Amino acid sequence: MTLEHFLNEAISPWMRKEGTDSDIVLSSRIRLARNFANVMYPILGKEDELKKVHDFMKDTYNKTSFQDYTDFHFISTKNLSEIENQILIEKHLVSPSLTRYPQSAALISKNEQVSIMINEEDHLRIQLYFPGYQLADGLKQASQLDDWIEGKVDYAFDEKFGYLTSCPTNVGTGMRASVMMHLPALVITKQMSRMIPAINQFGLVVRGIYGEGSESLGNIFQISNQITLGKSEKDIVFDLASVVKQLIEQERLARSYITEQLGISLEDRIFRSYGTMKNARIIESKEAAKCISNVRLGIDLGIIENISKNILNELMTLTQPGFLQYYANRRLTPRERDVFRASLIRERLELEK
Amino acid sequence: MRVECQECQKRPATVYFKHVINGEKKEVRVCEVCAQEKGYMQSQDQGSSLHDLLTGIFNFDTYPFGTQVSDKKQIKELQCPNCKLTFSAFKEIGKFGCATCYETFSERLSPILRRVHAGNTAHAGKIPKRTGGNIQKKRQLEEYRIQMKKLIEEEAFEEAAILRDKIKALETQGSAKRGESEG
Repeated sequence: MTLEHFLNEAISPWMRKEGTDSDIVLSSRIRLARNFANVMYPILGKEDELKKVHDFMKDTYNKTSFQDYTDFHFISTKNLSEIENQILIEKHLVSPSLTRYPQSAALISKNEQVSIMINEEDHLRIQLYFPGYQLADGLKQASQLDDWIEGKVDYAFDEKFGYLTSCPTNVGTGMRASVMMHLPALVITKQMSRMIPAINQFGLVVRGIYGEGSESLGNIFQISNQITLGKSEKDIVFDLASVVKQLIEQERLARSYITEQLGISLEDRIFRSYGTMKNARIIESKEAAKCISNVRLGIDLGIIENISKNILNELMTLTQPGFLQYYANRRLTPRERDVFRASLIRERLELEK
Repeated sequence: MRVECQECQKRPATVYFKHVINGEKKEVRVCEVCAQEKGYMQSQDQGSSLHDLLTGIFNFDTYPFGTQVSDKKQIKELQCPNCKLTFSAFKEIGKFGCATCYETFSERLSPILRRVHAGNTAHAGKIPKRTGGNIQKKRQLEEYRIQMKKLIEEEAFEEAAILRDKIKALETQGSAKRGESEG
């Protein structure tokens, strides 16, 4: 497999488009949790009932299209190899826990912007991704997609409690809106750790790149709403958006501050990371993430030229264990992964020339 | 392929792990309910802090203001007629088994929801477009009635009459008006 071909498979088509404020916001996501009205939830559901949900979604929506989301492709998790499943997780198309549930599946649009998980914690987890900062429009599109599904599915809905989800932390709107942000200057200036408690005050949660419980890798943070009940979808998105706007502004200020204050030592830091990426023979994921973040900052600040901005999104995904093994076409020991990761990064930088 | 829980032999096994006792490996496949009851989940460290926190939030045995002793018996007896989940099992796993659970446990739910959702206990968002028509209509009628009452108090009878006609029109509408999405 050539690297170009591999990249085409590895990077979702929507990720290649540039969105608003994409120097700081990598992607936006809206997720809606929905359930069938008369079927027990996957955590307790009987296999034959859950199979009905699985088969209904397959028969009704496989190979259909909705607006820009064409050629929905239905994948049963039981047909996936371990590495294939790992890759879907690393592309954020499915959650790590999906395979734990019987009769689980995913329905994914051709541009990979929409992924509907079937029989996860809830019967349906409808997810839409957008490049850059795109929450308001994202919400509108998510709601239309939801209406399209609801055209044929009777949802578990209650006048008082809203959309009834398996976990009471999702009940009401069933919506989780989130943005993935690259905030290196706020980390360098040590402001981020002070800001997280302030962000929590707004009913928002800050996490690392791979969701719940994961630590921040490469200065990437995911910010999402905690509250799903008692507020409208619009208000939830509005509250998230106002905090995100603030963070974008603060990150920009911090970037110009470090450019002025650190001068040559900032340049040194960035070029050292660039040097490591170009020359390392063994690199762990943590060090890789740090270097990739520094180089991306260098590109955004105009310190490094002639490298595409996409490199952060691309390499953060590509250097995950599942992708490395897919590229190597075999299982790799952790040490082998570090060697493979280093060589993949070098090859990717060669492509830029 | 369905794997049944080896404990209850009823629910599907969703928790898989290997047990090593005196160097002997044993594979365990159980459902989440049994995993909790048999204490298997306690050694699971990834994500457990959040899980502990959540079940802590749902747990009311530590309620500090009396009246709980008499309620305790009642809690144990609460069981969902549809999926058979008991309230104590819910407190353990932090998840409901079906939509009916919300109705079954509705009385116990308010304090939990209040804690998780910053004091909120009622939905204020989207209503399903196709199936939520009646609810949409009901909400609209309520809103009109409140407005009308206010207008009458203000002696703005002409405007109140317009609303009265709107209410009549809406009430006599045979099929429910299509709910607008939140968008």
